[in-house]
Amino acid sequence: MDWGTLQAVLGGVNKHSTSIGKVWLTVLFIFRIMILVVAAERVWGDEQADFVCNTLQPGCRNVCYDHFFPISHIRLWALQLIFVSTPALLVAMHVAYTRHEKKRRFRNGEKIDIEELKNAKIHIRGPLWWTYTSSIFFRIVFEAVFMYVFYYMYDGYQMPRLMKCSAWPCPNVVDCFVSRPTEKTTFTIFMLAVSGICMMLNLAELCYLVLKICMKESRKTT
Amino acid sequence: MNWAGLYTVLSGVNRHSTAIGRIWLSVIFIFRIMVLVVAAESVWGDEKSAFTCNTQQPGCNSVCYDHFFPISHIRLWALQLILVTTPALLVAMHVAYQQHREKKLLVLTGHADPKHMEEVKKHKMRIAGSLWWTYVFSVVFRLVFEAVFMYIFYMLYPGYQMVRLVKCEAYPCPNTVDCFISRPTEKTIFTVFMLVTSSICIVLNMAELVYLVVRACARRGQHNSNPSSGKGSFYGHKLSSEYKQNEINQLLTEQDSSFKDMLRRNPGLQEKGDRCSAC
Repeated sequence: MDWGTLQAVLGGVNKHSTSIGKVWLTVLFIFRIMILVVAAERVWGDEQADFVCNTLQPGCRNVCYDHFFPISHIRLWALQLIFVSTPALLVAMHVAYTRHEKKRRFRNGEKIDIEELKNAKIHIRGPLWWTYTSSIFFRIVFEAVFMYVFYYMYDGYQMPRLMKCSAWPCPNVVDCFVSRPTEKTTFTIFMLAVSGICMMLNLAELCYLVLKICMKESRKTT
Repeated sequence: MNWAGLYTVLSGVNRHSTAIGRIWLSVIFIFRIMVLVVAAESVWGDEKSAFTCNTQQPGCNSVCYDHFFPISHIRLWALQLILVTTPALLVAMHVAYQQHREKKLLVLTGHADPKHMEEVKKHKMRIAGSLWWTYVFSVVFRLVFEAVFMYIFYMLYPGYQMVRLVKCEAYPCPNTVDCFISRPTEKTIFTVFMLVTSSICIVLNMAELVYLVVRACARRGQHNSNPSSGKGSFYGHKLSSEYKQNEINQLLTEQDSSFKDMLRRNPGLQEKGDRCSAC
């Protein structure tokens, strides 16, 4: 089970999304997951092995690394991407349930066209509208939470070259040097920017759905 | 055979599960297996190479690592996930067996055309009769395996927390030696995450068990209050040629609901005008 399988699972949801939702899914897979897998993982690959401290004291390097990096950027991004993409599965489950209900009504004798049942695009209205809107809301919340966690854990989004560590068993204060700090800062800012774009797409999609329903309601009343 | 292969095998079971069973399967694959593969494995990747002891004594590092980590978290989680997902295969096997019997019945009654055979393969089996018992046992086994592994984790790594420093006195280490673990905070975070998802899966399994039991009781209640609803084996009168009657009767004496379902789906198999003599 890896990113490819997640893509296969979420690809099915694409059919029932709005256009903005489809753009969001594409941005997610190409500019975030793919960049994570082909580039970012290599940059962070030697983060502990090349974390060098100016001491011969055994254990000091391990402890300082653990102190400054409680959880690595790569793992945080992987968790963020998993959490941000799973609300779409709520929509997939709701669509599957709607299809199942239609099939049941067909079996009980109501006249429904089978071909239409299989291929029809399910319109986003009624309870499905609420499921879809909740899934977008959760996506926005998860994105914001993870961006805040990043900011809080790493005091801003920049990777410093040098860190001063005085955790036991390091004697006094020891200089520790981070591997590839500039490249890491570049990728952190890139992932942050794409995360911001995804949040804006989600907000736009939310506004679009709300406006669509308001216009439909006002057309009904006039 | 890897996690993707397991996913393919278990996706087939998905079709015959309850709604809670499908949610459980999604949680297992996305929040446990996927997190294990894309994140946790790289956190534990350098657990031995970066395990440093404050000594130059050869062999002390290896001995201390082995003493404190008899089996790594990653391997325990992999074993747990495999054991927890495989009871679903019992259900898959039972479904395959029922489908085989339905196909055999179709052949005996002369309705073995490709359309009916395809339908047997594609339709969703109702969780009733002996399939209900298989399904319930598979859920019970899942619960037992989850609980056993959580207990093993607790015994091996008390408190689920990974400490930064362990003190080791095993031979050949001279006296007591300080050993430092790599990435203890990140490991603690992932241990807690996997523990939480494991608990969520236990709750889902218990909910599914309760749902199945309540549904079976409700069905039995309806059945008792409406006794004419098809208890007997009336099929023998409808379905076939004389010299195969015994085989058919043998297949049909078990009042398995799947046959009733099949007849309901294929009204052409019943001859009109006959009345149920054993109902």
